[in-house]
Amino acid sequence: MRFLTFLLAWAVKAAAIVLTIVVLNFCLIRLAPGDVATVLAGESGAADPEFLARTRAEFGLDKPLAAQLLTYVGNVLTLDLGVSYRTRRPVADMVLERLPATLMLTGAAFVFALLVGPALGVLAAIRARRPADTAITVLALLFYAMPIFWVGLILILVFSVTLGWLPPFGMRSIIPPVGDVARALDVPRHLVLPTLTLGLFYVAIYARLTRGAMLETAGLDFVKTARAKGLPEWRVVGAHVFRCAMLPIITFAGLQAGHLVGGAIVAETVFAWPGIGRLAFDALLQRDYNLLLAVFLASAVAVVLINFATDLLLRIADPRIGAGR
Amino acid sequence: MTAILRLEDLAIGLPPGADRSHAVAGLSLEIAPDEVVCLVGESGSGKSLTAHAVMGLLPKGLPVSGRIHFEGRDVLTLPERERRRLRGARMAMIFQEPMAALHPIMRIGDQIAEVFRFHGRPDRGGTRVLDLLESVGLPDPPLIRRARPFELSGGQRQRAMIAMALALDPVLLIADEPTTALDVTTQAQILALLRTIRARRAMAMLLITHDIGVVAEMADRVAVMHEGRLVESGPAEAVLGRPAHAYTRRLLAAVPRLAPRPHRGEALGETVLSADRIAKRYATRGGVLRPRRVVQAVADASFALRRGETLGIVGESGSGKSTLARILVRLLGADAGTVRLAGVEGNLLALGGRRLKPVRRRIQMVFQDPFASLNPRRKVHQIVAQGLLAHGVDPGTARQRVDELLRLVGLDPAAAERFPNEFSGGQRQRIGIARALALEPEVLVADEPVSALDVSIQAQVLALLAEIRDELALAMLFITHDLRVAAQLCDRVAVMRRGEIVEIGATADVLFAPRHEYTRLLLASVPGRARFDGA
Amino acid sequence: MTFRQGFAHNRGALAGLAVLIGVVVLAAAAPVLFPFDPWDSRGAPLLPPGGAFAFGTDMLGRDVIAGIFHGARVSLFIGVVSTLFAVALGVVIGAVSGYFGGAVDDVLMRFTELFQTVPSFVLAVLLVAILTPGLASIVLAIAVVTWPPVARLARSEFLTLRHREFVEAAVLSGVSTPRIILVELLPNALTPIVIMASLMVATAILTESALSFLGLGDPNHISWGYMIGAARAVFRQAWWLSVFPGLAIFLTVLAINLVGEGLTDALNPHLRRRGATP
Repeated sequence: MRFLTFLLAWAVKAAAIVLTIVVLNFCLIRLAPGDVATVLAGESGAADPEFLARTRAEFGLDKPLAAQLLTYVGNVLTLDLGVSYRTRRPVADMVLERLPATLMLTGAAFVFALLVGPALGVLAAIRARRPADTAITVLALLFYAMPIFWVGLILILVFSVTLGWLPPFGMRSIIPPVGDVARALDVPRHLVLPTLTLGLFYVAIYARLTRGAMLETAGLDFVKTARAKGLPEWRVVGAHVFRCAMLPIITFAGLQAGHLVGGAIVAETVFAWPGIGRLAFDALLQRDYNLLLAVFLASAVAVVLINFATDLLLRIADPRIGAGR
Repeated sequence: MTAILRLEDLAIGLPPGADRSHAVAGLSLEIAPDEVVCLVGESGSGKSLTAHAVMGLLPKGLPVSGRIHFEGRDVLTLPERERRRLRGARMAMIFQEPMAALHPIMRIGDQIAEVFRFHGRPDRGGTRVLDLLESVGLPDPPLIRRARPFELSGGQRQRAMIAMALALDPVLLIADEPTTALDVTTQAQILALLRTIRARRAMAMLLITHDIGVVAEMADRVAVMHEGRLVESGPAEAVLGRPAHAYTRRLLAAVPRLAPRPHRGEALGETVLSADRIAKRYATRGGVLRPRRVVQAVADASFALRRGETLGIVGESGSGKSTLARILVRLLGADAGTVRLAGVEGNLLALGGRRLKPVRRRIQMVFQDPFASLNPRRKVHQIVAQGLLAHGVDPGTARQRVDELLRLVGLDPAAAERFPNEFSGGQRQRIGIARALALEPEVLVADEPVSALDVSIQAQVLALLAEIRDELALAMLFITHDLRVAAQLCDRVAVMRRGEIVEIGATADVLFAPRHEYTRLLLASVPGRARFDGA
Repeated sequence: MTFRQGFAHNRGALAGLAVLIGVVVLAAAAPVLFPFDPWDSRGAPLLPPGGAFAFGTDMLGRDVIAGIFHGARVSLFIGVVSTLFAVALGVVIGAVSGYFGGAVDDVLMRFTELFQTVPSFVLAVLLVAILTPGLASIVLAIAVVTWPPVARLARSEFLTLRHREFVEAAVLSGVSTPRIILVELLPNALTPIVIMASLMVATAILTESALSFLGLGDPNHISWGYMIGAARAVFRQAWWLSVFPGLAIFLTVLAINLVGEGLTDALNPHLRRRGATP
C-alpha cells in the first residue's frame, strides 16, 4: 500500500517535471532569434515574404501563442517533437536512434563511478590520515578540478596517440576487426576512454563524499555500541558504518544524474561518440533548435528515470523513509 | 570474595591543549560480583571516560595507564583480539540515548543476533533472541524482533539495548547514564528492570550517573568523582548519609529535597495573569496522498498567577507544557482560549502587531538551552540590550542598564564585552536571565531553565531566580520535568499530561497529598525518595 | 583557534590561495604584458613552446601565453559574477521559504526541486545557444542552473535558525522582523553559504570552459575553453594548444577548491563547538 502511494506520488512528480520542461521548451523556442521560416529561408536564399508566410503556415507559426502551446504540448505527448530544420526528418526518430549509445556511455560511467568512488572513499576513511588516505584525497581533489573535455583529450593523447592501446574516436572501428573475440571487444574497447573521461569526475565526487560520510558516521553512538558488542572491526565498518554512510551517497547520486547527462554531451563531443550529446553538438553548430530541444527533453526524461531508480534504491536501503519518518 | 573488576591507579590523559592534563588520575576502585557500584559526578568529572576505558572504547589517542583487572587479568595488557572477545560476552555496556545507540536501520532482532553470531554462538532458530526480549519485559517479542528502533518508544528502545547487553550473560554490566534521556515514569520502569535483572542473574553493575536520586535508588556502594579524581567511596548509606568529603557534601546539599516548603501565601500580591481554557492542536501537513495527523498539544488549560508567586508546570515530554509557555508569550498562536494581563484591555492572545509590542515587554522568557539561547555572533551587551534598544531607549542609558543587570544576575559587568562562547553553561543562563529582566517584566516564563545544568550550577541558578523573584515581586511560570526542582521553588504546581492540566493547587497539596492518580505515579517514579528524602 | 589560525594551519588552503592570487595577477597584468588583441596573429602558425613564444602559437599564429593571460579575465569574471547572481537568487528564495514556511515554502521548494531535476548543463547550453553566446548570456545561464542548491541550503539554515531560542528571545524583546532576519539569522546562516559559494565559483569556471569548448563562448573575449576547443583538430600535432589552457583551468579550479576546503575546515569547528562533553 505504501509502495503504491510511492509509485503514484512519483508518477505525479514525473509528469509535472516533464510537463514543465515541455512548456519551458516552448518558451525557449519563442526566445530564439528568428524562427524555422527565416532559418530555412536563409538556407535556400529565398527570403521573399510569400515563402516565409507559407513556411510559417506549414509549421503552424501563424496561430495565436496559446494555440501554438497547446498544439506543441499535444504533439509532445504523442511523441511528435517536430522535424529537424535541417534534415527534415522527425527529431524524435533522430533522438531515439542515438539514445542507446548515450545510455550505454552514461550507464557505464555511472556504474564505474558508483563502484570505484565509494570503494576509494571507504579505503580512505579506514586509513584516515595515513598515506593511502592522503593519496586518495589528493587524487580526488585533482580529478574534481579537471574539465571533462580536457581529461578526454589527455587520455587520447596518452593512451591512443602515444601508447596506441585504445581507439580515440567513435563507437566502432571503421574496418571491422578480424576474429570473433576482437569483434566482440570492438565496442567495449571504444567505450573505455569515454567512460573514464566521464566517470573520473564522479569517482572523485563519490570518493570525497563517502570518505566524509564514513568519518562522520564512525563518530556516532551506535558505532560505539557495535564495538561494545565485541563485533570484529570489519563487521563494524561494513554493516554499521558503511550501511548508514551510503544513504547520503545514494541521495547525492540521484541529484547528480542531471550533471552526468550534461557531461555526456561534452564527452561525446570529444570522442565523436554517436549519442544524443554528439547530436546536440551538431544541432548547436547548425542552430537546429528543434533538435536541440528534443535532446533536452530526452535528457530530462532520462534524469527523471534515474531519479526514480535512486529513490527506489533509497527506500530499500533506508526503511525509515517508507514509514513516513 | 574477590573483586570482578579492580581498577588500580587508572589514569587517562587528555590531548594537549585541553584544560587539564588528565581526564582521570590515580583512580582505584573495586567491584565485587553481584554488587551495584554507582560512579557519580558532574559533567567533566571523568566518570564516563572511566567506563569507556574499562570496555576498551576510549577514543584513539587518549593515553591510558594503570591496571584494569577484570576476572583476574589486566585487560590493558591484552591484545585487541582478546579484548574484543570480552566485550559483549563477559562485560557489556548500555548507553544514555538508546535512539542514538541503536543501529538506526537494522532490525532489533538482527542487532541482538549479531552478538551471538560474532562470539561464535549463533542463535539458530532465533529462540534465544525471543527469550531475551521477553525477559526485559518487551511486549510481543516476535513483533519487536522484526521492528526497527524508530518504530519503538524510548523506553522500549532502552529495554532492547539491555536485552542486547545481556545476550551472553556478562558478569559485568556497565550502564552509562542509562535513564538520563528518559521520562521519569519510564526511568522508574527501567531502573526497576535493572534491579530485577541484577537480582536474577548475580551480575556486577557499574552505573554511571549524575543523578543522586538514581544513586540512592540503586547503589550498594557509591564512588564520587570530581575533576578526574575519586574523592570518596563507600557503602551507599554512609556516603549519602554521612558524606566525609567536602565536595560530596556540597553535591548532596545542591540536590533539591522533595519536601514541603514553607507556605508563603500571605506574601503574594494580586493576580497579574490569568489563562482561561487555552487549547492548541498540532496537525502534520497532509499531502495529496498523506493523511493529516492531529495532536492535541494543549487542552483547556486554565490557571491564574499572582504577583510574587511561582506556578510550576510539571509534566513529562510531550505533555504540552512547553507549548503552553510559548502560547503565553505569543511565540505560538493558540486555537482557543483567553489570557488576561492586569491593566490590559481584552484578550492577550488576540492582540495584533502594534498593540502587542508594549505588552510584550511585560512577559519575558528564560529558555532551556544555555547554548542555543544566545546568538553566538553578538556580544553580551548587545544581547542584553536588544530589547531596550528596540523599545527606544538611547544606547548610553541602555549600556548602563546592562551593567546593572549583569551585576544583578551575579556577573562581572566586564562580561559585557565578550562573546557567549567564552562563558560556561551556568553563566550563559545568567546572561539569558539578564536579557529577560532588561525590559522589567512583571511575568517571567522560565522553560526548563536548569535542566541542562549540573546540579551544583542548577542550585545556584535556582537560588538566583528565587532571589530575583522576591526582590522584583515577579510572577513566575516555571516549566519543569523535575518534581524536586518544582518542590523547591514553586508556590503552586500544575501537573500536565497529554495537554491537560490534571491537577493544580498548592505545592504542599499536589506534591505531598496528590489526588490524581497520574500525579501519584509521577511522584512514585521520582528515584531515591525512600533513601534520600525519607519519604 | 581563531579563523585565521585555522586557515593558516591548512597548507593546501594556503597553496590554493597563493595560486589564486597568481591567477588574479595574471588577469590584471594581461593588458600590460600583452598589450595587444589575443586574437591577432603574432607569428608563424603552430610554433612549439620556447623561443619568442613561451607557450607556442596556434594554427593562426596567435600567441598562446597571451591567450592564457587574457583568458584568466574571462574565467574569473564569469566565475565570480555568475556565482554572485546565483547566490543572491538562491539566498532570497531559500530565506523566504525557510522563514515563512507553510504554503510559500511548499511552492518555492517544488520550484527549486524542478530546477534541480532539469539536466543543468544541457539547459545552460540551450540558454546560451538561444540567447546568442556572450558574457551576459553565459553568466545568466550558469546562474540559472546553479542557484537551486543555494536555495536549499539557505532554506534549511533559516528553518533551523528560525526556531532557535535566541531568535525567539529577539522576538520577545520586540526586535523588528527585518532586523531579526538581518542581525540574528543572516550572520549565522552565512558561513555555510559562503563556503558553498566559494566552491560554486570553481564549478562556474568549469562550466564556462565547457561551454566555450563547445563553441558557445563570448566571441569577443578569448577564453581557456575556447582555446582548447579550437585546437581540437590539430591537438595530435600541437599538444601545447590544449595542455597549457587546460592546466590553467585545472590549477585555477583546484586553487579555488582548496581555498573553499580551507574555509570549511576553519569555519566549521567554530560552529560545532557546542555541547561536546563526554
